[in-house]
Amino acid sequence: MRILLKGGRVVSPQNKINTVADILIEDGEVKEIGKVNCGDCREYDLSGKYVFPGLIDMHVHFREPGREDAEDIASGSQAAAKGGFVAVAMMPNTSPPIDDPLRVRFVVEKARSAKVFVFPVGAFTKGRRGEELTEMALMAEEGAIAFSDDGLPVSNPLVLRRGLEYLLALDLPYLSHAEDLKLSQDGFVNETPFTAKLGLRGRPWVSEAVAISRDLLIAEFVGAKVHLQHISTKRGLELVAEAKERGVRVSCEVTPHHLLLDETYVSSFDPNFKMNPPLRSPEDREALVKGLREGLIDAIATDHAPHTYDDKEVEFDAAPFGVVGLETAVSLIWDKFVRRRVISPKRFAELLSVNPAKILGLRGFGKIEKGYPAHITVIDPKKEVVVDRDKFASKSRNTPFHGWKLRGAAVMTMVEGEVVSESF
Amino acid sequence: MRHLLSIEETPKEKIEEILSTAKGFLEISRRPIKKVPVLRGKTVVNLFFEPSTRTRSSFEIAAKRLSADVMNFSASVSSVRKGESLKDTVLNLEAMKTDLIVIRHPSPGAARFLTTFCRSAVINAGDGAHEHPTQALLDALTVLEHKGRLDGMKVVIVGDILHSRVARSDLFLFHKMGSSVVLSGPPTLLPPYFKALPAEVEYDLDRAVDGADVVIMLRLQMERMKGGFLPSLREYRARYQLTGERLSRMKPDGIVMHPGPINRGIELSHEVADSPRSVILDQVEKGVAVRMAVLSLLLGGEA
Repeated sequence: MRILLKGGRVVSPQNKINTVADILIEDGEVKEIGKVNCGDCREYDLSGKYVFPGLIDMHVHFREPGREDAEDIASGSQAAAKGGFVAVAMMPNTSPPIDDPLRVRFVVEKARSAKVFVFPVGAFTKGRRGEELTEMALMAEEGAIAFSDDGLPVSNPLVLRRGLEYLLALDLPYLSHAEDLKLSQDGFVNETPFTAKLGLRGRPWVSEAVAISRDLLIAEFVGAKVHLQHISTKRGLELVAEAKERGVRVSCEVTPHHLLLDETYVSSFDPNFKMNPPLRSPEDREALVKGLREGLIDAIATDHAPHTYDDKEVEFDAAPFGVVGLETAVSLIWDKFVRRRVISPKRFAELLSVNPAKILGLRGFGKIEKGYPAHITVIDPKKEVVVDRDKFASKSRNTPFHGWKLRGAAVMTMVEGEVVSESF
Repeated sequence: MRHLLSIEETPKEKIEEILSTAKGFLEISRRPIKKVPVLRGKTVVNLFFEPSTRTRSSFEIAAKRLSADVMNFSASVSSVRKGESLKDTVLNLEAMKTDLIVIRHPSPGAARFLTTFCRSAVINAGDGAHEHPTQALLDALTVLEHKGRLDGMKVVIVGDILHSRVARSDLFLFHKMGSSVVLSGPPTLLPPYFKALPAEVEYDLDRAVDGADVVIMLRLQMERMKGGFLPSLREYRARYQLTGERLSRMKPDGIVMHPGPINRGIELSHEVADSPRSVILDQVEKGVAVRMAVLSLLLGGEA
């Protein structure tokens, strides 16, 4: 069947498209971009809407295997489709962790019937214990696209060095959860005067900054690529800026919650504001927004971390870290940053599609071009939504944004020419 | 006022109301028949997830002197976390038609968490290192009785500020009432950013207590040595024990308080602990009156 996307503003920065155009799609591919008429096509009138290369969330947790009650690959990918994402990178901190080729194959098999592309990230060390390297080459053959012990850093600098060296031969990225666990001392919140009065143990900015600086130096020494996950601090970002200037091959991501929330929300003691890294100071948040605007930040990723209602409905310090993000990210970023002209639609496309595709080396993603697979996200900049956790496709409800009124939403997600979600 | 969760969020006028109500209740405890029918027919639950003798008995006596029925429920968090959640525990107690829950729990925010789902009034009797509002109120009543006022004084809080809910509640209370608060202790237990709270930080105890009207000494937990906060007990004693010499640097009528239980020979020398300037047992007496006041105000009884 042929599909015609008519009259939307097509924004595909990689091939310099930023214009109102029609897109003809056939056999899962983009056939034409321009002025197209088509008699027997299924036609979508997209006037007033934006047409982006399919969005990619390079940081999600789908809890399968192990905690399918919180999320599984099927429900997580439904949430992704609904939220406007055509592909996600799934972190390996499942139970058991994705740390050998067979387990990678398990995810790939499960992902085959999912609504969107679910790319497995393999563990960097066996059992995510930070001691021995995993069989990264064999895991890559089964479909692992990157490696990470996410949720945990690789604390031993020599193990990190060896792993980065080993990865040079595969040319695959290392995704770093940069944190010094000793300095984090099992804290729950940013460590500042504001949180001190709440009596919650601190996880200070220095624990992130020390780890980032160490990772950058080791990557520089080895000549390896490193991607820093969920940067949350001003100092961390400054270290990235400095390393980029030195020519270190580094990229970084930031989450919507760190861009939009700060530590003051923690005074409610609501575990939906408990995540790792923790919400930081207003000053840190402003620095992240500046990095977003000025181009220092390469990607926005949700760190979608589903937890069951029961697991989160407990005392603050007993609750697990993390919030869901797939079904709120697009509206939040659109309303708070694109609509308010902090970033352009072009930069939006870079942050959520072009750069994640580049960093992860995903071919066929990040671009709307003739002959390319038709992975497309349509955004209606006028659509008003109220975040309602009870309507999530995700199995989990742990969002800090419940009740937020936002303008701008993903209204169509297309994966290889197939509409996997539609809500005009 | 529906709950008492923190001093930080309690307005000055409300603090004054509690204190004046408590003054009235002091007299009841001094009668031969120490009971009034203010809360007859009400059910108060003491829900304690940390060992506590003083605070739990104080609440129990306060409730009984007001003729309420009191139930004590003690549990350790580790045993509860393996089985029933805190929420389920409380919902089960509430199903017995309780009117007020007094909770002590090691998690900051635990008392507030209860208010998100339960009908009963809630009193925070200590939530981790966050707050312990009735302790600050009884400290205030003690100071009021000895000094006749709560404003314009120099109040010094000494010791493990970082882990102390008493320090936080006292700091907010005395600041609200118009006194200046000085914090003192080793920097590992009193990080410099505490300066941003309405308090001064003075690491030298001699200077801190100089001219003080009130010195509140905190209990030192022995596990702080293992946590790497302190090199040794003798070094702590040398730098942060309130000795007779340091006592003499205070105002001549300055008083010494301690939330108890005290470590004799650690934060207080015995001569200070047993000196007439130490009002620690007065604090215990005021504790009952303050808790009677809070219970009666929350349950709407007539004083």
